[in-house]
Amino acid sequence: MAETLTGYGAVAPVTRPQEEPRAATLVVENMHCGGCIASVEAAVSTIPGVKSARANLSLKRLTAQCDHSVSSQDLIDALKRAGFSATELADGAGNKTTTTGYDLVPRLGVAAFAAMNVMLLSVSVWSGAEGDMSPAVRELFHWLSALITVPAVAYAGQPFFHSALQALKGGRLNMDVPISLGVLLATAMSLFQTAKGTHHVYFDAAITLLAFLLFGRLLDQLIRKKAEGAAANLLGSRITTATVLDENGHQRRCTVSEVRQGDRVFCAPGDHIAADGVIERGASELDESLISGETTPRNVTEGDQVYAGTTNLSRPLTIRATAKDSGSLIAQLTRMMEAAEQNKSRYVRLADRAAQLYAPLVHILGLVTFAGWMLAGQSWEAALTAAIAVLIITCPCALALAVPAVQVAASGRLFSRGILLKRPDGLERLAEVDTVVFDKTGTLTRGELQLDGGNYTQEVLAAAAALAGSSRHPYARAITAAAQTQGLSAVVDAGVTETPGFGLERETAAGVERLGSAEWAGATQECDTVARLYYRDAAGNISTFTFADDLRDDADQTVSRLLAAGLDVQLLSGDRPGPVREIAGKAGIADWMAGCKPDEKVEHLARLRDAGKKTLMAGDGLNDSPALTAAHASMSPSTAADIAQTAADVIVLGRSLAPVADTLIVAKAAKRLAMENFALAITYNAIFVPLAMAGLVTPLIAAVAMSLSSITVTANALRLKYQNLGMSS
Amino acid sequence: MTALAWLIPAALALGCLGLAGFLWSLKNRQFEDLDGAAWRVLNDEDASDTPLSSAKPADGDRDA
Repeated sequence: MAETLTGYGAVAPVTRPQEEPRAATLVVENMHCGGCIASVEAAVSTIPGVKSARANLSLKRLTAQCDHSVSSQDLIDALKRAGFSATELADGAGNKTTTTGYDLVPRLGVAAFAAMNVMLLSVSVWSGAEGDMSPAVRELFHWLSALITVPAVAYAGQPFFHSALQALKGGRLNMDVPISLGVLLATAMSLFQTAKGTHHVYFDAAITLLAFLLFGRLLDQLIRKKAEGAAANLLGSRITTATVLDENGHQRRCTVSEVRQGDRVFCAPGDHIAADGVIERGASELDESLISGETTPRNVTEGDQVYAGTTNLSRPLTIRATAKDSGSLIAQLTRMMEAAEQNKSRYVRLADRAAQLYAPLVHILGLVTFAGWMLAGQSWEAALTAAIAVLIITCPCALALAVPAVQVAASGRLFSRGILLKRPDGLERLAEVDTVVFDKTGTLTRGELQLDGGNYTQEVLAAAAALAGSSRHPYARAITAAAQTQGLSAVVDAGVTETPGFGLERETAAGVERLGSAEWAGATQECDTVARLYYRDAAGNISTFTFADDLRDDADQTVSRLLAAGLDVQLLSGDRPGPVREIAGKAGIADWMAGCKPDEKVEHLARLRDAGKKTLMAGDGLNDSPALTAAHASMSPSTAADIAQTAADVIVLGRSLAPVADTLIVAKAAKRLAMENFALAITYNAIFVPLAMAGLVTPLIAAVAMSLSSITVTANALRLKYQNLGMSS
Repeated sequence: MTALAWLIPAALALGCLGLAGFLWSLKNRQFEDLDGAAWRVLNDEDASDTPLSSAKPADGDRDA
């Protein structure tokens, strides 16, 4: 620790005089109770230079105001000493999720307050209308309602007005257009009628409607914020510490985001590579499965390009961090993702599609009513009142609540199963999916190799495990794991030496034992593509071990559930044909493609799209990210590469593949319910629109109808929480 | 009528006071961490300057 601090001091930035304290946000995953809050805050506050620290238990985050001389790594180290595992929040992820959402709460507060007070006045007017309320009192109550409603609508309605204006500017119609029109017209006409002293006053309907809609929208936003926050925490919970070497070779620990171009980064065996760069010293093997989908490690040596997020397996490496130049793999993938995003047509949400049919219809109905009353020889005022009553009644309160209410119920149900729905329109897109495209490594499979065969005895396995125990190579780990599951006690030998790219070796009294490639063990290479390791004992006898990346436990079940549901299932992998064919066979997928480069995956998805298919892409690797963007809907396990997680609509926690099928089930159920809600809303309109056109709708009927329809659709949406959908248990 | 003339404004004013209080608490980020707030009540560390907080917190009681 002392080394960290002194090492850091050598390169601390010069403190500028008017320096503002900076805010550092950390994810503290194992913070659970009040005691934790106190210890977390105390641990950080004791660091010199930290002005204040505030933990947020709901979000499991800590925000500290500190001087620029305090690095995030100092905070992380302090928390580690106090027993908490903290990581820095991924760039931008935190800011995006904290600002939105809270704008709606004050608006809802104002609207709900206004609605309650106006209702109180309205109920008095309605109940007094038949009795002894004098016109003067009624007029007073109407004016009071106006006094409350007009400012409340002007403030609380802004989200709807803005969105409607934007849609109209773009020449589109969305649900907010009829909403804004209905609310504004109702308020304006009520004001006019109040001035005239009649009883056609709809302030209560206008403001109640706004409150209901704001509530629906807020719920929708809160549940998404929760999922986004959890996803951002996940992304942050990677190992984000880098070890940087200064000119004198001193080590300094810092967070990954603090690594600058040209820094020399040290990477111990078993650690993730912290930054893109070129190897300056050392040779090792890298597990690049997150990037290429290839489970066999790649041998690297001085001068080779390495990528952040890959794992260093055998030897320490020193890497010179390079800029994200336009030729790098990440930059290429980013360009592909941008291109895929542009080629994808903008998805129009269900409610907005309904609005495109609904809004013109409603406005025509209003016009017809006006014209009808004029033709019937009524005054223009009576005609306008009836027309506006039609617009108020048809104001799509139920329609606009129908979708968010279902969305909230569905997201909540998915969230409780560890499925994070990040995009607002993700659920609707998932419901349309008819083709599921899987990536192989890390998605359909576990992403780690397992010993699955070979020609060896128990004694050989135990001896090989004694060698393998000191290595982090995936093959070696598979051997150790297999020895453990078979109950063999393997004493790890300290005298094992590892030669990257070749294998392990130890000297015993009897002679030299070797575990590694064919060449290393002195065996003849077998001509196939199976991942294989050779062991030569002291006497020179050769044994072999073969490895495979096995399917996730429920992969074949999930695939058969998807097939049974009438979906087309495909496998697209960057891996060699041999393993892909085998995995496809085991999982029961008939349609597979091997050796796909990222752009070929995108092309394949584009072909499917042109053929009218709606694809769900499930993938975890960096190489899948463009495909995730190009697909109609996308899904990533929480072990996926950062870019893939950011690109995906849905993040799945845990080791199971069943969530793929479960999510689709919930999405389809949600769509069914949304449609039911549309039907309910239309039924309600079919009953009340003729009444409104005939001029029979009183303010009381309008208010009751409005509230009833909203409550009906919300209650119907909540059914999704309790429905038995046949999901995996 | 005269009763209404002052009762209703008074009721509205009181309501507005409540609303203002709510908006104020919102602006002060009192709703940002509802789980944490529930626990902070039990934390007497910053209450050392008031006479009520002589009892030491028992850590074991806090574990949920």
